[in-house]
Amino acid sequence: MRHGKYPFIIGFLVVPLALYLVFVVGAYLQMFQLSLTDWSGFGGFNYIGVDNFVKLWDDPVFWVALRHNIYILIAMPIVTIAFALFFAFLLNVGGKSRGGVTQGVWGSKVYRVIFFFPQLLALAIVAVIFGRVFGSDRSGMLNGLFPDSWSPWLFLADERWALACIGIVLVWQQIGFYVVLFSAGMGSIGQEIYEAAALDGATKVTLFFRITLPLLWDTLQVAWVYLGIAAFDCFALVNIMSVNKGGPDNATQVLSYQIYLNAFQNSQAGYASAIGVVLFFLTLTFAALTLRVTRRDAVNA
Amino acid sequence: MTNLVTDPPAVATKPAPVATRERRVNPLNGMAHIALLLWALATAGPLIWVLLASFKSNSEIFLGKPFALPEHFSFKTYTDAWSEAHIGQYFLNSVFVVAISTAGTMLLGSMAAYVLARYKFPGNRAIYYLFVSGLAFPTFMALAPIFGIVKSMGLLNTFTGLILVYIAYSLSFTVFFLVAFFRTLPAEIDEAALVDGAGHLRRFFQIMMPMAKSGLISITIFNIVGQWNQYLLPVVIMQGAGSDANWVLTQGIANISVSAGYHAEWSTLFAALTLSILPMIVVYGIFQRQIQAGLTAGAVK
Repeated sequence: MRHGKYPFIIGFLVVPLALYLVFVVGAYLQMFQLSLTDWSGFGGFNYIGVDNFVKLWDDPVFWVALRHNIYILIAMPIVTIAFALFFAFLLNVGGKSRGGVTQGVWGSKVYRVIFFFPQLLALAIVAVIFGRVFGSDRSGMLNGLFPDSWSPWLFLADERWALACIGIVLVWQQIGFYVVLFSAGMGSIGQEIYEAAALDGATKVTLFFRITLPLLWDTLQVAWVYLGIAAFDCFALVNIMSVNKGGPDNATQVLSYQIYLNAFQNSQAGYASAIGVVLFFLTLTFAALTLRVTRRDAVNA
Repeated sequence: MTNLVTDPPAVATKPAPVATRERRVNPLNGMAHIALLLWALATAGPLIWVLLASFKSNSEIFLGKPFALPEHFSFKTYTDAWSEAHIGQYFLNSVFVVAISTAGTMLLGSMAAYVLARYKFPGNRAIYYLFVSGLAFPTFMALAPIFGIVKSMGLLNTFTGLILVYIAYSLSFTVFFLVAFFRTLPAEIDEAALVDGAGHLRRFFQIMMPMAKSGLISITIFNIVGQWNQYLLPVVIMQGAGSDANWVLTQGIANISVSAGYHAEWSTLFAALTLSILPMIVVYGIFQRQIQAGLTAGAVK
């Protein structure tokens, strides 16, 4: 019966593995090699040691981009999770209670369907839409809504607010996904727990902090990881929405966009690969930290 | 970071609790409705605005009053977007690329996942972890090497190049998800077929695939949405002179937005946006539950 097992295994693995090795593993390995070269993106290259990393260390734009990534990494998940939790709670247990049974608000299904929809849109298309929502003259949606007497807000062209605008777009797109995710988590919390607490006279606020939140902890961690990944990758938003390539005055510069600019606009593919290597270790750190947290939880569960 | 999700996927949406009528008006319930309604407006508002603006002339758009109805419904913007701005072409390119690459991803991904989940052989764990480790790193990290690899194969500006790269970068999650899924399926039926003399191939196509239908549907939806919305990879692979005939929808819309910005001529852009959003709304309206389940599949414990 074991006859033909190995030819079958090899036959099934060879194509997917080859594709993966060439385009994914190969690319990551080459990134390390190229980070030590002066490759422009075309033609040959010379090995220049760690020059790219020295240059990186002294490059103020790199540090600005890294700082912006960290801002987004901290603020965007917190805001998204807070709002999503709030809405999910209202949808599931924010409704009337009758005889101690807590229920979701009327129409919660419709809300969930609407909230989730932006998740289905490409970030690139969302970026184009919000480029116009934040338009800096009367043709922009927000400036169009403001009273005629106001002078138009600059939004993306204002270096104080440009990054916040991009963060808002991320939150706008993501909230619905987490409302659905948290709703699923809340749905699996037994009704009898809420009933018992309600009989004991617990208010909605107490229910939220004492029951819902602790029981959702696992789901929150998953959300944090997913949002962390999204926070690192704002390429589409910055490439499409930002004024003057990550501007104004680098106010919306992020690492993904730095990699793109250096590789394809500045003809410094070697330097772009060096930024990639730094990012590799940052991601690894993030992954290791998350792993530690989840491992501990797995034992507890 | 994927180790968060080791359990088999579950359906994300639970039917919302149906609220029962009650005479007493609960102030919290009222506030809940207001909060939810506000976010529903914030979600739908920009999309409704895009739809309204798509019928307006450029001078109407600059009047402000973003939610005023258009003076008369003109479809000229739509014919312009379809023919002059080539939205139709981009749309068909996207359909073509995603159809082939999702099919390829599913075939190759389920083949690899099947042998990794169901067969013991030396190197099994190593190959599995090789695939899964790809989940930890963002795609844009190795932008320059991806470009270099595709270029060296002569596949720059070709659908073949884009499709192969899509498949390669979709394999990590597909293999990870399906391995977990295949492991949960009962072994008895498989063994019975083995006793009856069914070969490896037959067992895969006639026994495993039908049994794994729900998991395969979820991950297919996940891949379709992910590949349809991809922006970074097409921007890298379809670039340079003459590449615009091969652009996908996200790229095309982003480009229309740039050229619309040069001329401050927005009406065609809004029509193009509407044309790219409407199909998503229709598909979402029909497959709403499956889509929510598919997209949250990776995150639900």
